[in-house]
Amino acid sequence: MTVAIDIQQVHKHYGANHAVRGIDLQIAQGEFFGLLGPNGAGKSTLINIIAGLTRMSSGSVSVMGHDVVRNYRQSRQCLGVVPQELVFDPFFSVRELLEIQAGYFGKDRRSNRAWVDSLLDGLKLSDKADANMRSLSGGMKRRVLIAQALVHKPQVLILDEPTAGVDVELRTSLWAFVQGLHNDGHTIILTTHYLEEAENLCQRIGIINQGQLIALDTKQALLERGMGKHARMFVELSRPLAQIPESLQALCKQHTETRLEISLERGQGAIMAVLDTLRAAGADVVDLKTEEVDLEDIFIELTRRSA
Amino acid sequence: MNLTGFYTLTYKELLRFSKVALQTVMAPVITALLYLLVFSHVLEEHVQVFDGVSYTAFLIPGLIMMSIIQNAFANSSSSLIQSKVTGNIVFALLAPLSYLEFYLAFVVAAMVRAVVVGLGIYLGAIWFVELPIHSFGFILLTAVMSSMVLGSVGIIAGIWAEKFDHMAGFQNFIIMPLSFLSGVFYSIHSLPEFWQVLSHYNPFFYMIDAFRWGFFGQSDVSPWFSVSMIALVWAVLALVTLWMLRTGYKLRD
Repeated sequence: MTVAIDIQQVHKHYGANHAVRGIDLQIAQGEFFGLLGPNGAGKSTLINIIAGLTRMSSGSVSVMGHDVVRNYRQSRQCLGVVPQELVFDPFFSVRELLEIQAGYFGKDRRSNRAWVDSLLDGLKLSDKADANMRSLSGGMKRRVLIAQALVHKPQVLILDEPTAGVDVELRTSLWAFVQGLHNDGHTIILTTHYLEEAENLCQRIGIINQGQLIALDTKQALLERGMGKHARMFVELSRPLAQIPESLQALCKQHTETRLEISLERGQGAIMAVLDTLRAAGADVVDLKTEEVDLEDIFIELTRRSA
Repeated sequence: MNLTGFYTLTYKELLRFSKVALQTVMAPVITALLYLLVFSHVLEEHVQVFDGVSYTAFLIPGLIMMSIIQNAFANSSSSLIQSKVTGNIVFALLAPLSYLEFYLAFVVAAMVRAVVVGLGIYLGAIWFVELPIHSFGFILLTAVMSSMVLGSVGIIAGIWAEKFDHMAGFQNFIIMPLSFLSGVFYSIHSLPEFWQVLSHYNPFFYMIDAFRWGFFGQSDVSPWFSVSMIALVWAVLALVTLWMLRTGYKLRD
């Protein structure tokens, strides 16, 4: 595996707060990696450490083999970051911002013009090239942020919750664009709260909670890990139940008068045991459905377990 | 060295203030000319500081230097605090720019704005009175060095301040009093002894005194001593600024 991002034993302290606790993580070149975790878990701190915006307390990080502290010029050349917030400089037009950002990375205006034009075109911003940032909608500003992150042609792109507050249509078009970048060989690191996005896009997923990496596996392996153990069982009854049997009360996640949702620890006879308990309580079961867990269930379970 | 990066950051800072030139260039020029109009009208017949130099002529270099001081400070400080508050400073921090390139870009931009404003006041003022030039080189040297000092102070304030209120405090309680109490409107020899001694601890006094010498060949203290003091102050402030940028103080947490 050729490593795009190598994180070794990274710690970050903010006074007494131990925000990142000894994370080790390697992300391969060309990988689409998802970094998940609840708010305040340490995702953004870790991303900021990779980008050089935050100084780690100890450990080491390299991007495409360049140490982010000792060889920061080279590591930053390889990295594009789309920040979470819609930040922009209100003095400039879209084209000016892109040219300035490219200039910071040593690309002069003339030689980079064709690439800037293609980014504007790819992100459907060509007709807004000379518009001031203030006049753009939120979705357009988000696209400009992506263009800014790509303007120096980095091999690795970090997207920090890029679709927060973005409508469905724009979200779909953004993912199509990012998928295109991935197909072109870019390494993509995505943090998101939309677990469905991570499930659809990412090849491998890391879950951070309380500054620690609590899960790291391929999407499939994570799902299989969860599927082997847990399921949801939906039971339809012909008539309301007087009382949910005591042994099922802790497992029953939701219920209406004639419908129960039961969290099931899979094992031999688990479904039958639930049905026997219901029958013994006088229930008349007319329909039964089980459902596999999705990434969201695994995420909730893992973060709850590590809390 | 990332020369294109340095050039781009400088260009961006220049473009930023030129896009609001009414506020950043025209306004300070007009303000200084209004000071000149009022003070020269009121005091021309009553005050003479240097032999053979009218009060209006005496006043002009002081007003130019005061504007250079205030505008060099305003350029770097306002750019940094705005970038920090709006969050767009992240784009410069993500770039492969060294702390030295960052420092030089902000100082050069501050210097250009200060010199442009100073030139504007000069061109406006010479309509009022004939102004001699004793040493153009010395005038330029003092203007450049002083704006480098204040450009550095502006960076320090911009990094230190966390909100616009902090910046207003810095501007109104440090920069304004020091620039007004530095001999813009008078020679320190006209002050009581205590205030004369105190003036020697005000670095802005040396900037104005040396700058005035460039026009009239007369000054309160030796111009070379003044230039040495400005250089010393700049060296100390540059070291402080570079340390802040190198360690990422209040920029990279």
